[in-house]
Amino acid sequence: MSNITQAEAIEKALSNRVRPKKASALSACLTFSGRMLLRIKYVPEQLFDITMFPIIHLLMFTYLFGGAIAGSTATYLQFVLPGILVMTVVMITMYTGIELNNDIKKGIFDRFRTLPIWNPSVLVGALMVDLVRYLIASTIMLVLGYILGFRAEAGFGGILLGLAILLLFAFSVSWIWTTLSMIMRSEKSLMAASMMILFPVTFVSNVFVAPETMPRWLEAFVGVNPVSFLVRAVRGFMEGTPDYQAVLWVSIISLGLIIIFAPLTMYLYKRK
Amino acid sequence: MEELNQEQWAIDAKGLVKVFGKNRAVDGVDLKVKKGTIYGVLGPNGAGKTTTIRMLTTLLKPDGGSAEVLGYNIIDDANQVRQRISLTGQFASLDEDLSGMENMVMIGRLFGFSRREAKKRGEELLTAFDLFDAAKRQVKNYSGGMRRRLDIAASIIVSPDLLFLDEPTTGLDPRSRNQVWDIIRLLVKAGTTVLLTTQYLDEADELADRIAVIDHGKVIAEGTSGELKASIGSGKLHVRVYDPEVRAHAAQVLEQTIQTKVLLGTDPLVLTAQVSDTKLVSKALLAFEDANINISDFSLGQPSLDEVFLTLTGKPADDQTKEEAAG
Repeated sequence: MSNITQAEAIEKALSNRVRPKKASALSACLTFSGRMLLRIKYVPEQLFDITMFPIIHLLMFTYLFGGAIAGSTATYLQFVLPGILVMTVVMITMYTGIELNNDIKKGIFDRFRTLPIWNPSVLVGALMVDLVRYLIASTIMLVLGYILGFRAEAGFGGILLGLAILLLFAFSVSWIWTTLSMIMRSEKSLMAASMMILFPVTFVSNVFVAPETMPRWLEAFVGVNPVSFLVRAVRGFMEGTPDYQAVLWVSIISLGLIIIFAPLTMYLYKRK
Repeated sequence: MEELNQEQWAIDAKGLVKVFGKNRAVDGVDLKVKKGTIYGVLGPNGAGKTTTIRMLTTLLKPDGGSAEVLGYNIIDDANQVRQRISLTGQFASLDEDLSGMENMVMIGRLFGFSRREAKKRGEELLTAFDLFDAAKRQVKNYSGGMRRRLDIAASIIVSPDLLFLDEPTTGLDPRSRNQVWDIIRLLVKAGTTVLLTTQYLDEADELADRIAVIDHGKVIAEGTSGELKASIGSGKLHVRVYDPEVRAHAAQVLEQTIQTKVLLGTDPLVLTAQVSDTKLVSKALLAFEDANINISDFSLGQPSLDEVFLTLTGKPADDQTKEEAAG
């Protein structure tokens, strides 16, 4: 292409001064979701956590503890699957923060911040794709569970209700990690901080054993642990004995997390 | 200049201040940029150029002072400002993992275009910027020059009224640099106001209608490139003699002709002098001939940024990167 025609092409491109209507919040969210999906297309390895975690967790805990805790792995699987499902998805939420912590250092965020868009759409769009990731992880675990002999007594409907409350909680918890990812300067420190929170709240819960078997002080902690409420809610839905008290608590906690951490994340994002 | 009414200013900043810890990165910067012009902000690393741009583009809140961009206050009307400006940052404001076209469509969508319109606009701009063949390649595999062009293309998906270019040619080879310069000239011809920062005097000289020289967060000189050059002398005269024995004599002859102080270089054959009047330089050549002094090199260089700084601040333009890193 000669210089003259290039100059003409540039002039022509510049003479087009169309100013479209501002992108709607939903459209901006979807564009950011599309960006995350494209990144998965180029780096499919980032699906490793959501495919391998569910498989390893389910096999490991079922066959490691099953005989000792419940007498047989088949009985234990029936009890433990909803719990491990919760634990796995809640743990995967951590990667939301790590991805963002990495991403936000890139130059493209300067451009995003100078665009006339609904500011939270950058994060909401990414979290929408994360919901899909959580859903894939859950599906993988449930399919493997069914192969190993797990049966949800409430059937497909119960599973869907269980997944709905699980995803609500996972979405809300993600805002804690987005907040931390704005504060922490390195991926390593963020990982350490997330682990420090996640390990106790997922293990010291009713995921693996019934709380009645624990010392009273520990039972008290497990009783108020939000993860325990979530496990009760998911188990209830899947077993066909919905625990509405737990569902209510999980909903309240989820809303509370969003109300506190979503604005906090945005405040930090704007100042960063 | 002062009698221009408000609507003719693209940028009107007064006393901008930004403090990072103890470092006053920007320490009272005034800028007035006329619409339809190219304005150059010249200074070394860490002088406060990027911080100033980040405040004007609403990325950073100033700790003091105020600024109107295209008539809108950068704090109170940040959204109005954002709708009219575009920023091409010092480090590519692109998603390196996505392809050139995917970047264009994404940014076009965020500006409010439909997917189809964004794609059409992307094709138009990529073609104009000679990037169409690379449209499907990931940006991380682009050369520096291609990245810069894509970055600018992305900035004008919706033609901005005011475009900020933060060191648009730093690290580019001469050919890519010329391409970027041509693009900037065309942008202004099409009616966009451009504010660019640079470390290179020749770039500011080549492009900018007016230049602000900035150091340690302060504007230390402002004017057209002609005005600035006149204030710092036209350049450095470099003379090399054949025989070190005659250097002292040569210095004497030169000093008499050009009427400024002549410095002896560390190389025993070299003489240098800061020249303000180029006419006297040609006389010096004759004076050497008359004095029978043989010289092997006689050249007049453009004043370098270092010399500008030396003259304006009385000290060399030391690299202030460390301070920036601290901020």
